Amino acid sequence: MDLHAALIQPFIEFGFMRRALAACLALSLGCGPAGTLLVLRRMSLVGDALSHAVLPGAAIGFMIAGLSLVVMSFGGFIAGLVVAGLSGLVARVTPQREDASFAAFYLISLALGVLIVSTHGSNVDLMHVLFGTILAVDDASLLLIVSIATLTLFILAVIGRGLIVECFDPGFLRAVGGPGATVHFVFLVLVVMNLVAGFHALGTLMAVGLMMLPAAAARFWAGEVATLTATSSAIAFASAYTGLLLSYHVNLPSGPAIILVAGGVYIVSVVAGPRGSLWARFLPRRHLEA
Amino acid sequence: MTAAFSLHDVTLGYDRHPAVHHLTGSFAAGSLTALVGPNGSGKSTLLKGLMGLMAPLDGRLERNGLRQSDIAYLPQQAEIDRSFPISVIETVLLGHWQTIGLFRPLTRTLRRQAEEALVAVGLGDFGRRPIASLSAGQFQRVLFARMLLQDCPVILLDEPFTAIDTRTTADLLRVVARWHGEGRTIIAVLHDLDQVRESFPDTLLIAREPVGWGATTEVLRAEHLFRARQMAEAWDDRAEVCWRGVA
Repeated sequence: MDLHAALIQPFIEFGFMRRALAACLALSLGCGPAGTLLVLRRMSLVGDALSHAVLPGAAIGFMIAGLSLVVMSFGGFIAGLVVAGLSGLVARVTPQREDASFAAFYLISLALGVLIVSTHGSNVDLMHVLFGTILAVDDASLLLIVSIATLTLFILAVIGRGLIVECFDPGFLRAVGGPGATVHFVFLVLVVMNLVAGFHALGTLMAVGLMMLPAAAARFWAGEVATLTATSSAIAFASAYTGLLLSYHVNLPSGPAIILVAGGVYIVSVVAGPRGSLWARFLPRRHLEA
Repeated sequence: MTAAFSLHDVTLGYDRHPAVHHLTGSFAAGSLTALVGPNGSGKSTLLKGLMGLMAPLDGRLERNGLRQSDIAYLPQQAEIDRSFPISVIETVLLGHWQTIGLFRPLTRTLRRQAEEALVAVGLGDFGRRPIASLSAGQFQRVLFARMLLQDCPVILLDEPFTAIDTRTTADLLRVVARWHGEGRTIIAVLHDLDQVRESFPDTLLIAREPVGWGATTEVLRAEHLFRARQMAEAWDDRAEVCWRGVA
C-alpha cells in the first residue's frame, strides 16, 4: 500500500470520509481557541462539566422530535446554558465558588440525562448520538458544525481583548469599568455551542476531548495566546485526520480513535515538548551567562 | 480648595462589623496623602470604599463628580495571574483601556506612549519579556507604567512598596512625586513612617476610628501613634448595635 492510498485515497473515494474531515477541520478551528482560553482561565474541568450537562437536553430533544438535528442541538444548547447560568448565579450570589457549583449542577444534569437515556436506551439512534457518529455526519450536521465554528471565530475576534484581560487581571478590568461579567458569560455560551457542535461528531461524552486535549498539549509548545491557539487548532486537526485514517484502515470506532490520538499527542508533549516538559526538567541544557 | 473625596460620618465594613468607623473629612484635590495605621485598621477597606468597590454601611461618601474611570487603583494583592502568557508591553498597553476599550485599534502613538512609560519606570528594554520572568519589584514597576498610561486625576495605591527593595521604591516614589507635581490626587497606604515623613505632605492615621488627619508632622506625633496601637484587632461577635450620630 503506497502513501497516497494510505493517507489520501480514503478521502477521495468516500464522501462520508470527506464530510467527516471537513467537520473535524471546522471543529478544530472553533475548539482550539475555546480550549486554550479554558486552560488559561483554569476552567479545564468546566468544559468537562458542560459537556456532560448537554446530555439531558439532547435526550429530551430526541424524545420530543426523534432524530432531529435541530431539536436535539437546541435541547443540548439550552441544557448547557441552564447549567452554566445556574452555576454562575450561585457563584455570584453565595460565597460558594464556581468549581463547586458547576460540579453540583452538571451532576444533576448528568443524572437526569442518564435517567432519560436508560428509559429510552434501547434505541440505536439515540446511542449513536450519545457516543458519536462522525462518519455519519450529513450535510445538515456539517452545515451546523461549520456555522458554529464561523460564529465562534467571529465572536472571539470581537470579545478577544476583553476575554484575555478578564482572564489575566480581572480586578483591573473591574476597576476601569470593563465588561468583565458580560465577556465571561458570552464565552461560556461559546463553549456550550462548540460542545453541541462536537457532540454531533464525537458524542456528548467525548466532545470535550477535542477541545481540552489539544489545548493542554499546546502549552508545552507555545508561550503566547496567539501561538497557543494556533497550535491547539493544528493539533486538534492533525489528531482528527490521523484518527479518521486509523478508524478507516484498522476499523476502529472513529470518535475514540480521534480522541486517543489527541491523548497520545498530549502525552508526547508532556514528555518531550520544548517548554516545561519532563525532558526540559530532567535533561536541562547548560545555563547561560546572563 | 476643592475636594476629590468628601466623607461625612462614613462607616465601611463587612457583615455589619465596621472596619472604618465614623470617618469625616475630605481629601483635597491635588493632595498627596499617606494612609497609615496598624494591620486591620481599615486602610484597604477605605480605599475600596473610595474606589466604589464597596458601599458605605452608613454615612455619605461623595466623589464630587469623579467617574470610575478617573480613578487608578493599585490593589494590595492584585488578582493578577502572573503566569499568564502576556508580555510586559502588552500589560502596560492595558493602561490605554479608556481609549481603546474592546474594539478600537492600538495606534503607533499609543504604542510609543507605552514604551515611554516603560522607560520612565526604568524598564526600557523589557517590553518583549513575558511577565512570568519578572521579579516582584520589576512587576511593580510594570504596574506603575500601566498607571502612567491611565493618566487618571486620582490615584489610589494600596501598600505599593511592600516587599519592594529600596532602589525600586526610590524610583517609584519619584513617579509618585511627578504625579503630585502634575496636580493629581494621590492616596497611598504605607507602613514606613520615615518614608511618609519624607515624601508625603499629608497623612490620615486610622485605627478603625480616625486618629489624626492633616499635615504629616502634626499627625505622626507620639501620642497619636500610641493611640493607634491600642486598637483591638479582633471584632466582637457580640458587639452592640452602634447608634452614634443617630438622633
